[in-house]
Amino acid sequence: MSTNGAYYIPHKAVWPVMATAGLMLTLAGFANHLNGSSIGSGMMMVGFVVFLVMLGLWFALQSTESESGMYNHGVGISYRMGMMWFIFSEVMFFAVFFGALWYTRNLSVPWLGAGEGEFISGPGRSTATLWSGFEAVWPTNGPGKVGGEFEPMGAMGLPFINTLLLLSSGVTCTWAHHGLLAKNRDQLIKGLLATVGLGFLFVAFQATEYYEAYHEMGLTLGSGIYGSTFFMLTGFHGFHVCVGAIILSVVLFRSWKGHFSPENHFAFEAAAWYWHFVDVVWLGLFIFVYIM
Amino acid sequence: MTAVVAEHDDHHDHHDHGPEKGFLRWIFTTNHKDIGTLYLVFALVMFFVGGTMALIIRSELFEPGLQFVDPNFFNSMTTMHALVMVFGAVMPAFVGLANWMIPMMIGAPDMALPRMNNMSFWMLVAGVLLLASTLFMEGGAPASGWTLYPPLVLQTGKAFPFAIFSVHLLGISSIMGAINVIATIFNMRAPGMTLMKMPLFVWTWLITAFLLIAIMPVFAGAVTMLLTDKFFDTSFFDAAGGGDPVLYQHIFWFFGHPEVYVMILPTFGVASTIIPVFARKPLFGYSSMVYATGAIAFLSFIVWAHHMFTVGLPIAGELYFMYATMLIAIPTGVKVFNWTATMWKGSMTFETPMLFSIAFVVLFTMGGFTGLMMSVAPVDFQYHDTYFIVAHFHYTLVPASVFILQAAGYYWLPKWTGNMYNEKIGRLHFWLSAVSVNILFFPQHFLGLAGMPRRIPDYAIQFADWNMVSSIGAFIYGFSQLLFVYVVIDTIRGGTGEKVTDEVWEDASKHSLEWTVPSPAPYHTFTTPPETIPTEHF
Repeated sequence: MSTNGAYYIPHKAVWPVMATAGLMLTLAGFANHLNGSSIGSGMMMVGFVVFLVMLGLWFALQSTESESGMYNHGVGISYRMGMMWFIFSEVMFFAVFFGALWYTRNLSVPWLGAGEGEFISGPGRSTATLWSGFEAVWPTNGPGKVGGEFEPMGAMGLPFINTLLLLSSGVTCTWAHHGLLAKNRDQLIKGLLATVGLGFLFVAFQATEYYEAYHEMGLTLGSGIYGSTFFMLTGFHGFHVCVGAIILSVVLFRSWKGHFSPENHFAFEAAAWYWHFVDVVWLGLFIFVYIM
Repeated sequence: MTAVVAEHDDHHDHHDHGPEKGFLRWIFTTNHKDIGTLYLVFALVMFFVGGTMALIIRSELFEPGLQFVDPNFFNSMTTMHALVMVFGAVMPAFVGLANWMIPMMIGAPDMALPRMNNMSFWMLVAGVLLLASTLFMEGGAPASGWTLYPPLVLQTGKAFPFAIFSVHLLGISSIMGAINVIATIFNMRAPGMTLMKMPLFVWTWLITAFLLIAIMPVFAGAVTMLLTDKFFDTSFFDAAGGGDPVLYQHIFWFFGHPEVYVMILPTFGVASTIIPVFARKPLFGYSSMVYATGAIAFLSFIVWAHHMFTVGLPIAGELYFMYATMLIAIPTGVKVFNWTATMWKGSMTFETPMLFSIAFVVLFTMGGFTGLMMSVAPVDFQYHDTYFIVAHFHYTLVPASVFILQAAGYYWLPKWTGNMYNEKIGRLHFWLSAVSVNILFFPQHFLGLAGMPRRIPDYAIQFADWNMVSSIGAFIYGFSQLLFVYVVIDTIRGGTGEKVTDEVWEDASKHSLEWTVPSPAPYHTFTTPPETIPTEHF
């Protein structure tokens, strides 16, 4: 990194507009699709391809600029701050779904189950007239038994294995970072390979878990509030694991090309931070969704 | 802190660091001033789009009975008016000011992440386009109110998924804009520009940016749940499946309350920037202003359920949210007293920016007091969802945020364009606005106390008189704003013909760095950091 150079300010940027166009097309297509329009899915695909192409080109530009020493220390700090606060925004996004889980389990489901004339530290109303005979026990698909009988997902088995996988991937990621700092390219690449491999293995196991839930346990996204919170929390997390693994793959590719140095490896750091964030969210999920 | 020296990739012409020629300049630009201009122009256009919707509402309410529009369209108008004004006008206008002014106020060459800066603007446009497209869809635009409460909002027609994705895009835009502001302020300050020497506008935006990053994902999560409830069988807000519609209200207002402070904190910042210059005194209590802003931001996260007093909260919740809400009056009071003390014994002059700022202090305080009234939970049962709340938040938004945005326009236009605006028309604009805004909103307090509900196209006969007065005020206010457009265009095209100095306002350069660069501000400023830091403002 050219630490004494000037703060680089690009003169114009083409990719942001393309990113916007791609994303807008994707979302408009998805909306049309949800409305039952036949053009929806096509639009969505086109938009998504535009977005992916843009991602590739923009990242290529950034890595070329970085390799040619255009980013000084200050630019590096800006990028790190950007990544840090982006991860914070992601934390808040997950907080909403954890919050919804907490609220329904501890407040609204017990209120639903309050019997005739019974006021359990709630809003001072009883819902017994609406839903008489409903017993508030978690997991539940509500007094309407929405989605029919289901079996809740246990913590042992696949989820436990997945916890081990993800935790080990955090270790291999850090091991790779140490390799990078020690200029040990072999360790860097092996560590990243292991991390990406463990990440994709995690996704594969989760897919298996979902398959079992849908086909053997009767547990679906439509299984009332339990199904809703279970699949939305684990689903968004799984999506983030995929994204993280793809970012790490790019970093792996760049490591293989010999891009990073102990002083200059923002992309690696950003990917690693993201990966650890995904890891921590999983621990939260394992405790609050699976165990408790 | 490292000295920030900028390098631009003008490989073709090292002498000319000016803008790209032609129309594409405005699409691909990464220059903070260009992007600031884009934001400001976009916001001004949206101000009139949202304003037109408001006038449709006030036309319908001019008399009892159904005159012009059908009730569903009326409800679409109240919903879209709010969404357009909040996400299309006020927020983007402040982001525009942030883009223009923050780098110039802290002595930075540009925003920290210029490409992302471009992207946040275009994501905003995309979001607003998606939102606007819903007006032309089967079933009409969302008509649930801007809060998008289920189960009502789930009855929206084809517009529903478009409105949801529009919120996602607006959220992405705001988060990227906020990250950029934080990185710029923390990383790009000139040497010697310590945090406690920053102009208050920069401080308030720093804190606002934190609010935005914390809340926009929350709103995104809430509307995502709406989407899955409607299309993917989830039961987040459906009691039959064990969910709870009140859950949505909690999540929404956890976003929504800080969100309204996103619109007011930069307002405080601009007021704290303008008032000292025209009072010719340093800002009174600089550090207390900073701490008060921080305190308001913190409190904004722990008071959300005062929007839900009548929904059936546990009594402990009612009490907690009532007392917590009242606390906000303390730091806000600190601010109002500080502005007043800044003016105390100052050598005041009353140019248009100062007129708007003084009106802001008085009228915002009005809005603050009615807020305090509604924080009292048992009393709020009378006010809830009436025109009283409509009057309250319009006092905190129109003669506060909008007045201050226009004050900012008058204050900085000479710096942006190098020309002086027409003071006479400016003052005319001010007096027309200040009088008509009260004709417009003050009677709504009476209507609300008398029990007129909000979001209703028709009303009982006893509300007729004040509604008529309010509608007359609305039309005067609305058409007065055309004067502002005239002044802006006129100033860009030469204004009074008088060439302004670098400082524009007397001794302004003692207060803030933007007055040390030429007028109009060159395309790139502070490519080398400034030598001295103004200290008059603290």
